[in-house]
Amino acid sequence: MNLTLHVWRQKSRDTNGSFATYQASGISPDASFLEMLDVVNEELIAKGEEPIHFEHDCREGICGSCGMMINGTAHGPMGGTATCQLHMRHFNDGDEVWVEPWRARAFPVIKDLIVDRSPLDKIIQAGGFISVNTGSAVEANTLPIPKPVQERAMDAAECIQCGACVAQCPNGAAQLFTAAKISHLGLLPQGQPERYERVLKMVEVMEEHFGSCTLFRECEAVCPKEISTEFITRMNKDYLTAQVKR
Amino acid sequence: MQLESKIPPGPIDKKWEYAKSHYKLVNPANKRKYDIIVVGAGLAGASAAASLGELGYNVKCFVYHDSPRRAHSIAAQGGINAAKNYRNDGDSVYRLFYDTIKGGDYRSREGNVHRLAELSVNIIDQAVAQGVPFAREYGGALENRSFGGVQVSRTFFARGQTGQQLLLGAFQALERQIALGTVKQFNRHEMLDLVVVDGQAKGIITRDLITGRIEAHAADAVVLGTGGYVNVFYLSTNAKASNATAIWRAHKRGAAMANPCYTQIHPTCIPQSGDFQSKLTLMSESLRNDGRIWVPKQQGDKRPPQQIPESERDYYLERKYPSFGNLAPRDIASRAAKEACDEGKGIGASGRGVYLDFADAIKRLGRPVIEERYGNLFEMYHDITAEDPYEAPMRIYPAPHYSMGGLWVDYNLMSNVPGLYVIGEANFSDHGANRLGASALMQGLADGYFVLPVTIGDYLAGQLGKKVALDRPEFTNAIADVKDRVGKLLSAKGTRSVDSYHKELGSIMWEYCGMARSADGLKKALGMIRDLRQQYWRDVRVTGEGEEPNQSLEKAGRVADFFELAELMCIDALHREESAGGHFRVEYQTPDGEAQRNDDEFLYVGAWEYKGEGNEPVLHKEMLVYEEVKLATRSYK
Amino acid sequence: MNWFGNFYRSALGKKAVMAVTGVILFGWIFLHMVGNLKLYLGPVHLNEYAHFLRAMGSPAVPESFALWVSRIVLLVCVVLHIHAATVLTIMNREARPVGYRDRDYPSATYAARTMRWGGVIIALFVVYHLLHLTTGTVHPSFIKDDVYHNVVTGFRVWWVAAVYIIANLALGLHLYHGLWSMFASLGVTNARVSKWKRAFATTFAVVITAANVSFPLAVLSGLVR
Repeated sequence: MNLTLHVWRQKSRDTNGSFATYQASGISPDASFLEMLDVVNEELIAKGEEPIHFEHDCREGICGSCGMMINGTAHGPMGGTATCQLHMRHFNDGDEVWVEPWRARAFPVIKDLIVDRSPLDKIIQAGGFISVNTGSAVEANTLPIPKPVQERAMDAAECIQCGACVAQCPNGAAQLFTAAKISHLGLLPQGQPERYERVLKMVEVMEEHFGSCTLFRECEAVCPKEISTEFITRMNKDYLTAQVKR
Repeated sequence: MQLESKIPPGPIDKKWEYAKSHYKLVNPANKRKYDIIVVGAGLAGASAAASLGELGYNVKCFVYHDSPRRAHSIAAQGGINAAKNYRNDGDSVYRLFYDTIKGGDYRSREGNVHRLAELSVNIIDQAVAQGVPFAREYGGALENRSFGGVQVSRTFFARGQTGQQLLLGAFQALERQIALGTVKQFNRHEMLDLVVVDGQAKGIITRDLITGRIEAHAADAVVLGTGGYVNVFYLSTNAKASNATAIWRAHKRGAAMANPCYTQIHPTCIPQSGDFQSKLTLMSESLRNDGRIWVPKQQGDKRPPQQIPESERDYYLERKYPSFGNLAPRDIASRAAKEACDEGKGIGASGRGVYLDFADAIKRLGRPVIEERYGNLFEMYHDITAEDPYEAPMRIYPAPHYSMGGLWVDYNLMSNVPGLYVIGEANFSDHGANRLGASALMQGLADGYFVLPVTIGDYLAGQLGKKVALDRPEFTNAIADVKDRVGKLLSAKGTRSVDSYHKELGSIMWEYCGMARSADGLKKALGMIRDLRQQYWRDVRVTGEGEEPNQSLEKAGRVADFFELAELMCIDALHREESAGGHFRVEYQTPDGEAQRNDDEFLYVGAWEYKGEGNEPVLHKEMLVYEEVKLATRSYK
Repeated sequence: MNWFGNFYRSALGKKAVMAVTGVILFGWIFLHMVGNLKLYLGPVHLNEYAHFLRAMGSPAVPESFALWVSRIVLLVCVVLHIHAATVLTIMNREARPVGYRDRDYPSATYAARTMRWGGVIIALFVVYHLLHLTTGTVHPSFIKDDVYHNVVTGFRVWWVAAVYIIANLALGLHLYHGLWSMFASLGVTNARVSKWKRAFATTFAVVITAANVSFPLAVLSGLVR
């Protein structure tokens, strides 16, 4: 199949970018979106031009490196997939495709489609952990955890930190990401001792960098792991409880 | 070069205890005076950096990703082994030790493996305390499943994302230390050289992947947790950026490379579908718990699978290995698939594939049970192939997955270069010639959480006040070397892209140094690799500049190192005139096609010393001593 | 107050304040709507009801006291609601300074996306509504204490009726998203409650809008004279 691509090209953080148009021809419907970009890049290199820079690594939807806006939707039109798992069979021959980097004040563009997502790590540093030093753990089965609780925690823990939630949110909010981590840890018995302190600290750092939630639920729609916005409600509950308690 | 394994004395189950009781210690107040560099933040690197930080050391952690959480450990699906015996099925530390030794085809160190088995139980405790949401029974206790190569259920898992959840546990512990200031994190920094001062590892050279700046960093010890090297095959299950540069640079600075020919080909991956393909996707080994592997009995039978009657199917693993059946170890399952395809029974358009069939399991257990166990894997398969595995059997084929070989380390995980520690997949230590499923996560975390933080003190205790300054010639020379290499790659301005060379190198390696190797093939491959490498340095086209983000340049450096590593892999494979685990030499097989070891001549670790550009590497042998386990022909029949 | 200031400084706190003030305003709007249904019972009933509102609580408290208390509460709610919305909007604009060339909304409802402008329309309408039917400032033939007369003569002007209709449609959309999202802002995770929140929001948004829109329509169509 053949497609026309309009790709955001930007040489560095400090320069202005613009769209460039490329033809992707002879693409197999079985190729992934990234493999399609590989093909385009090989042609660019053959012409002596710089390839389109984009982040990617595992290419099986788990590392969270890849991510781009494809025709105005984070990770493209499929829902529940990262860009690396989006296959070209979901496009039509002759389609015109606009490819843009994640946009948010917290995610400045580094080059082409690569953005700096480090504020997400800062949210984790604020409290996205259980403070237990190596060696001090008790026997694993000492603490029974009801299966539904563990399953729910796992639903939240699946987040791959790709940043699609922020990119898709018109407010550039990182609520889904933050709420997922708060819920993962806050649902489990191990996470109880720091539960309320954690939510206060993580929310504070989140709000330093990101916007606030207006419940559009765009994040949930594009999340490769389909993490539910119910976790945002849960975060709000813990936050309000923590505020009342303090 | 002296290769002293430093296995502690005493009975096998008391060695680690003995070692811990006799290591020199660093006074808690002095720990902050030591700088330790950790390169890589996968399971091994992140757990090590976090644990060292908790102890009070000054840690600098380097990763080339934008966040430590992206390391390829995150992609491990199936699970992690631990000898908890929660299932009351006769598991024990000794059994896990024995299974691992046997699974490794008797090419690993007894002392290391026993320690690994002992620590396996602590890992689960640690991970649970960190909030890793392992699967649970309805009563709230941890759930287990079985995995290839063993007859007990000792594998802990978190859906099909066990690696992800364990890595997040380690990552979160690391982020906690970053917040506390004990660990300084350097993201988007790639290690491009090791700095050795007076024979001791004292620092590294990195390239800042944003600015392109080449920088030196000094420390009292350097820890490499930089993963494996099977991307030398180009198409593998590894992440695209996984590379051998850190360990290869260390090798060129004096660290011995052990058993580089031991690479694991994983039996259950989605077959390649075209030339555009950039990587192969693994389908968790856990699928073999319920899936049955078969090919048509008739050569060239191209009927759709559902139309092939039972009597015309060959469930070859169940036929050849009745007691282990579809759960035969990875090397055996992979080779059996290759044999079936070589006989012309392969399925799919390319003829390089076999069926993994769930029809029986769905009939026996019902679709909901299968959905609960493997739902996300089935979905992933469906996404990639557009085929529904609930309706038609999966098509699978082996793919390069893991490297058992790596930098040589002693019992303390220190390489032959004092002060250079190597952990996780980057070292050679625990898996012998073949790794059992669900053991990689175990080893990475054992090394990082429990072994290295203890053993490193033994070395550091003698290093107080022996810091080196960055203006020493060893640093400035290393920086100059790195800049020179970068400059050469940028100035070749040839005709072909880095990827095109990488693909060509990969296909040579897959053909001649893959699942089956022969002396003739390996010699041929050596010639081809050397020619291609020369052409590469002349003709590669790297676009862009050095002082900016430049993915072509990053790849170019990694592929240059893969060329040299590939050569050493072939040399190692050629010299090892036996078949063992993942290393199968067609000249050495039993009449029924099984691997034939030669314990009389090859019961050793083959560690190679780098002798400079254009010189043959020199082999050093660390003889393997089996005191506990009796050497036997591995049988899974 | 220190605690509240601290709480209100966070965006999550502001959202909670918006939810609480929103609920109070919603409650008032609902009662206002129910009271206005007396329009259909004729001038006596409606004017009696208006008098009751002013006299509420007397003689225990002075006449109009309760009315003024509720007015102050409402005013505080309106101020907080608008202040929080404004500050959050500015925060969100700053958090996403550059948009996309080609924007797709796979999930957001029209109501959700129009909360801000809907809010502005409602605020402007409230000002007009007060000048029109409370103070009579912009009413062509205002008679103090004759609410029925003021309503009927007011709505006979077609464009005034149109303003009321448009504003109430905007109010409906605002309530449709606001009543639903307040559960999230207040952290209501209870599964039984959650199951009903969409139905709750839809029902009240529709009922309030339908009733409020019916008043000018009834006057215009001559049903109410």
